[in-house]
Amino acid sequence: MTLTPPAEPDPELKMNWASFYAVISGVNRHSTGIGRIWISVLFIFRILVLVVAAESVWGDEKSGFTCNTQQPGCNSVCYDHFFPISHIRLWALQLILVSTPALLVAMHVAHRRHVDKRLYKLSGRTNPKDLEQIKTQKMKITGALWWTYVISLLFRIVLEVIFMYLFYMIYPGYKMIRLVKCDSYPCPNTVDCFVSRPTEKTVFTVFMLTASGVCILLNIGEVVFLVGKACSKHLHTAGDSTMGAWIQQKLCSF
Amino acid sequence: MDWKTFQALLSGVNKYSTAFGRVWLSVVFVFRVMVYVVAAERVWGDEQKDFDCNTKQPGCANVCYDHFFPISHIRLWALQLIFVTCPSFMVVMHVAYRDDRERKYKAKHGNNSKLYNNTGKKHGGLWWTYLISLFVKTGIEVAFLYILHHIYDSFYLPRLVKCGVKPCPNLVDCYIGHPTEKKVFSYFMVGASGLCIVLNICEIIYLVSKRIARIANKLNRQKRQIAVSHNDHNEEPFDNSIDTMPTLSKKEQPPSFRSAVKSSHRPPGLKLEEKIRASAPDLSFL
Repeated sequence: MTLTPPAEPDPELKMNWASFYAVISGVNRHSTGIGRIWISVLFIFRILVLVVAAESVWGDEKSGFTCNTQQPGCNSVCYDHFFPISHIRLWALQLILVSTPALLVAMHVAHRRHVDKRLYKLSGRTNPKDLEQIKTQKMKITGALWWTYVISLLFRIVLEVIFMYLFYMIYPGYKMIRLVKCDSYPCPNTVDCFVSRPTEKTVFTVFMLTASGVCILLNIGEVVFLVGKACSKHLHTAGDSTMGAWIQQKLCSF
Repeated sequence: MDWKTFQALLSGVNKYSTAFGRVWLSVVFVFRVMVYVVAAERVWGDEQKDFDCNTKQPGCANVCYDHFFPISHIRLWALQLIFVTCPSFMVVMHVAYRDDRERKYKAKHGNNSKLYNNTGKKHGGLWWTYLISLFVKTGIEVAFLYILHHIYDSFYLPRLVKCGVKPCPNLVDCYIGHPTEKKVFSYFMVGASGLCIVLNICEIIYLVSKRIARIANKLNRQKRQIAVSHNDHNEEPFDNSIDTMPTLSKKEQPPSFRSAVKSSHRPPGLKLEEKIRASAPDLSFL
């Protein structure tokens, strides 16, 4: 049996993650400091590692999965039984879904800019320099944008946790086993099946899980920071207004 | 498949869409094209090679594969994505046609005369083009979902299929590669399709109701003006001003205080007093 070289990640795939990056990094400007760190961790330690390294490791997972039998179909069935959905696909889905809430924030910012542009135009200031200024102005995270931002953070945390749980349910334990025993039809008896590159896969699984955990912590930290900042602003500015009035103001302002 | 050029083409459509249209475009890009290229294409990568039949008869695997998979899921989805995004180009072409007419009109009648206030605004013919493109998109989505359901028996993908097509010597067992993963992605792509259909329907309802509201407003204002002109029919000084006041559509009406207050953060230098004065009639000629 010859050792097959790892499959090269095709350039088409890299280009698509690159265009995804272009979309998501637009949100970067309106994030807090912790949000920017989160985006960097996401792109460098998760997406880049996935595309450049992990894809090659899992590239030949099906062809490298060998069962100790000549029975046609036994290989396929045993592989499907032990790997219902590949790690790589789970991580790709996780990364796509976890980055989606950032688009909510981007849409809200675009909507606010649209409203500002209209107000400018209607007040007679159609100077192109003013309209350009709206585009480049950094949005303050106040009012309804604060709520959109916090909700998007909560969604991110929930999605990450859901995917970690799914991962745990399908593959309990982070270690990739070298040998699995399989007796699904049409395997004639309990056959030994060997997984390709188990140690390398274990290393990358641990890496990606750790990166997930770090991202969850960053998101929780950002929620705490935003809530804390809003509370302290309330205590400083509106001295005698009640909590109820503050919540009402936050809910009504758009 | 050069999805990058496709994405570049499609982002031009963004300018002429409504808010629903923009959400639809994001869903198509992120949940369908991205997932397709990054994950789904890999899963179906070499499906014919992975199709194993329990026989040494040459040609049996080929024939059985062709019998059970007349057209692969992946190819169907690629076609669906291409066809579903084409109607948006109708809108872009209509706007380009309007721009061209405007240019010819300006060349004929001088630079100051305008045929359209704003070629990108969805009024008149462009509104109909946009509505028709929405209906076509929804129809195509439903058609492709039906084809997928018809060929693959409600998206069911078993591990083992029994095949007795010639030249297979008898009823042989054939095994499909990655069936569970394929099932997961089928459901995901079908779900994303369904979401897009819902978004299209919402956009149709929004467009139609906005137009109805606009027409109702116009009729209301015309009725009111007729009533006012009958009542003030003896007061000369005001007669001219009311008759010559142009009928403004809802969009062109001077802004009310309420819409100005909507944003909690206001851009600097915006004076609110101008807003209130703008909604009162201009009696400076008296």
